[in-house]
This record gives sequence, C-alpha cells and structure tokens, in this order.
Amino acid sequence: MEIPNVAEKWTSNVNEITIGATKEKGGTRAKTVTVGGSKCIPFMDFDGSQGHKPVVAMDVYDMPPDDWPETLKKPFADVLNNPAQWAKKCVEYGADLICLKLEGIHPDKGNKSAAETVSTAKSILAAVGVPLIIWGCEHDEKDNEILPKVSQAVKGENCLIGVVTQDNYKTLTVTCLADGHSIITLSPVDINIAKQVNILVSEMDFPLNRIVMFQTTGALGYGMEYTYSIQERERIAALTGDKLMAMPVICDVGHEAWRAKEAKSDDKDAPQWGAREERGPMWEIITAMSLLQSGVDIIRMNHPKAVAAVKKCIDRLY
Amino acid sequence: MISIGERINGMFKDVRESIKNKDPKAIQELAKRQTDAGATYLDVNVGPAATDPADAMKWLIEVIQDTVKTPIAIDSQKWDIVKAGLSVVKNDVLINSTKSDPEELDKYMNIAKDYNAALICLTMDKHGIPQDVEKRMEFVMQIVEKAVEHDFPMEKILIDPVLFPINVDQKQPALMFDIFSQIQMISDPAPQRNVGLSNFSQGTKEKRLLARTFLTMGISYGLNAAVMDVLDKDLMDAAITAEIIMNKNVYSDSYLTAFRK
Repeated sequence: MEIPNVAEKWTSNVNEITIGATKEKGGTRAKTVTVGGSKCIPFMDFDGSQGHKPVVAMDVYDMPPDDWPETLKKPFADVLNNPAQWAKKCVEYGADLICLKLEGIHPDKGNKSAAETVSTAKSILAAVGVPLIIWGCEHDEKDNEILPKVSQAVKGENCLIGVVTQDNYKTLTVTCLADGHSIITLSPVDINIAKQVNILVSEMDFPLNRIVMFQTTGALGYGMEYTYSIQERERIAALTGDKLMAMPVICDVGHEAWRAKEAKSDDKDAPQWGAREERGPMWEIITAMSLLQSGVDIIRMNHPKAVAAVKKCIDRLY
Repeated sequence: MISIGERINGMFKDVRESIKNKDPKAIQELAKRQTDAGATYLDVNVGPAATDPADAMKWLIEVIQDTVKTPIAIDSQKWDIVKAGLSVVKNDVLINSTKSDPEELDKYMNIAKDYNAALICLTMDKHGIPQDVEKRMEFVMQIVEKAVEHDFPMEKILIDPVLFPINVDQKQPALMFDIFSQIQMISDPAPQRNVGLSNFSQGTKEKRLLARTFLTMGISYGLNAAVMDVLDKDLMDAAITAEIIMNKNVYSDSYLTAFRK
C-alpha cells in the first residue's frame, strides 16, 4: 500500500537575516551569523527546508549583575567586572553571538553615560570576533539617549539593536537605518501588537528583512506556554505568507529561566529538588529546548552548561 | 484573498480605444493603479470589438508587463487567444477560464501545467449552467478528479460556481454560500473558491453595495477569490476586514495598511 504524503505545503518562509560584518563588508567581525530562512514548522524538515540553524547569544552585562545566583556567577567569577573578558569567555563557552545588555545605563542602576557605554561596546568588539547584539535597559528616555550614540560608534558592524515598542520606536529606527544595523521589535506576548510594531517600523522605510521579533519570554513554570503559543502562531503566519510576521524571532531564555526560584534557590531550601548546580542549568535547557520547537532563531542564554547542551541538541536535530 | 482586477477589459471604452490606437498609456495606468490597490492578478480581456483578438491580447500583456510585475489573468473563452496570451507572459499567470466538459478540462489543465499557470474552472459545460447546488457540485467533483488525474496542484485551481446577476435570479446568491462551504470539504488542500463579482450586481442601482455585501458574506463561507473592481477602496477594505474577522490574517491596529504592503 502506498503511504500518503501528509507533508504540509507552506507557501512562504521566514526572512533571512545576517548579523555582523566582516572586513570586506565594512566591519571588523571574524565571522557573521545568518538566521531564518525556514520553510517549515521547526524540525519538520519533511515539510520544507529548515533554513539556518538557531543560534545562541550569550549575555554580557555592562555592570556586574546584581541578581545572579552563585551557580550562574561561578563560570564567570573573575570576569563579571570586565565586559570584554566576559565576552571572550562566552565565546570559549560556544556563544555564536554576544548580547551586550546595557543594564548599567538604567537610571536606577548605574545611570552610565554614553561615553562609558560606547567604550564598553568597542572593547567587546576588539576582544571577540563574533557579531554583537546591543540591548538597551528598556527605560525609554535613557535608551533613546544612549543607544543612538552607541549605534553610531559601531557603525558598519551590522549589529542587532533593541528594543523598540509601539510607543517608542522612532529614535532607534532612524538610528539603525542610518548606521546600517538591524532592529529588535518588542511586543508583550501579543501577536497583534507584534504586527503593529513591525508595521510602524517599516512605515519609516526600515526594511522588513532587517527586523527580528521579540515577544518577551516566559520561563518554564512562568508563562512559557504563552510565549510558545504566540511564537508558534507567528511562525505559522510567516509560513502562510504574512510578510509582516515573517521576521526571525529572538527570545531571552537565560535571564528568565534564572529568575525562577526552582533554578536559583539554595540546596538547603529545597533539598527535594536536587542539587542546584544541575537544577539551574536544567531549567534553562528545558526552557530553551521547548521554545525552540515553537520557532526561535536566536536564543539569549547564560549558563555554559545549558549553552553546550542546547547547541548539541540543535546540531543533532539539524 | 485572491483579488483579480477586472478593469483591463475591452468592454470599457478607454481600453477599447487603447487597443484600437495601440496607445499603451491608459492600459499601463490601469495596471499600475490596480497593482497599487492590491490586485493579486490583473485580468486581461480584449473584449468583443478587437479586430485581431489574439494579437490584441499579446499587445495588452506586453504593455502591462513593461510597467508592472503583477501576474496576469488571461480572460478569454477562445483557445487561440489563451494560447497567444500564454506565449508572451513573463510572470505567474492565471487562465480565466475553462468549462467543465472532461475534454476541456484535459486540454486546459495540460496547457496550464506547461506554463505553471493557475486555472479558473467554471461549473458549467457545453449544455449550459446548472441552477442548483447538486449539479454544480457534480462539476466540482469532476474538476477535482481531473486535477488529481493530471497531478495538477489543487491550490492552483479556482472553482467558479457561476454567480448569476441578482436581478436575474434572486435565489442564486444564497446557493453559492453552500457551495463555497462544500468545496472546502472536498479535498485537502481544497481548490480555491472564485466568483465574478461585478457581473453579480450589473445593471442594479446599488452596484457597489451589493458587490461589497456579497463579498463579505461569501468570505464568511470560504469564498477567497474574485474577479472584481479592486479600485473600489470600500470593496477592498471590506474584503480585508472580512478576512480579519474570519481569522485568515493576523489582526493589528494598522491591518489595512499591512495588507497593502
């Protein structure tokens, strides 16, 4: 008996986007990263090409993180004060990209200046050869003050910069357009707003194929299923030809997973949960692997063990 | 929604004059305006007055293709004219249309496959147009069977159940809704569902309102293609909105803008 072909026929694909620029393209990166291009639901390669492999961006903060548990600090113990060295360590741990999180520019945290931030970004670019994501502090005024200056200072490097929202997108959109960077559009677990931000940004003549979407991320046990279902709908919309939903997707697994008490609490507080040295990375791994199945192209992660495990899984599934 | 812009048709005086004088200006203007309005295809019909209709079809398609890349719908019941049109198309193309006699379906599906074209199939044959749902569905079955036999991609078949003008037979429009629903059950993937919208309201005093209302009602039953006046912005906006209501596209506050991108 002939087995019927039950493969879905998708009419469209996720946009491809390249982050980073080598010397020939006007930057200084040793290599670039290309994501997107998928023509199928994740891992269902019988429906169509899977496109480029999802990649891992490891977080580097511009100040020592104040809320990281010991388990997470340990692998970076001697570098948390030095973003360039921290970035180098991440690359050793397997990071495909570095995500510079500008925690320290927030008025309530370090209120760092543009000059300090520019110098941090440049020191990372000098220390490592992988492409750079630059992530503001999500305080609109401060982001609008600092990010344009950083963007200008790293012009030519084809960074991915974020985030913009439907209420605050003009400054950064104009900046990224002028300096040749790509942009991250944020919507708070809301597919309708996701589309709206993409429309608003594209109405400023920003090319659709230089946008990456961010739905905010829920970790395992903390709303992961909401993120999952929205990202899944986004992916299906992309595959069925919605040009305004065809952007690659980024999610912030590391930060969210390590906020969970299950990931960070001491062994003595919950002995029945097992050793935190295992438990923490596991929380991050499961969150990442689950969300990958909904359609994610760039995963922000923290713990080297989790990074290694997730990268291994991706390699085996592609 | 597959919107097939109807305006480049020799029945319209400006198009007829253009063909006669070989003056491409008005045609190219119409091609551009309909494309900007969001037309998926540009219907091209030389009309009854052209002295050399095959030549006129080629000329129209060529001058349109000089201006826009929008796919063409070759609108003719004459085999020679369809063939002439196909010989010059550069982009995606739709053949509008064939009847459902088995030998006609064979002939048209073969040529459509050669040109990777989509095909509108009318639920009628040389004996005429059926008035009821059952007989029309028999034709639908026949079309689907032929598509399977020819290994013709089902999503490139647009079934047109032949909508009568409202002022000719008022019972007909409601029958269409039943047919749109049934066509979606017939195969997976299902063929597309098409109507000639302006024909439906021709000669009435509320032409645009009737077309707009039928289209939105039809969409709620699965209608997803129409030969229509894409320059009627209210009509296009109503179609886009109906598809949002039916969850065919993701809603956003600027969904009308989004559709036109």
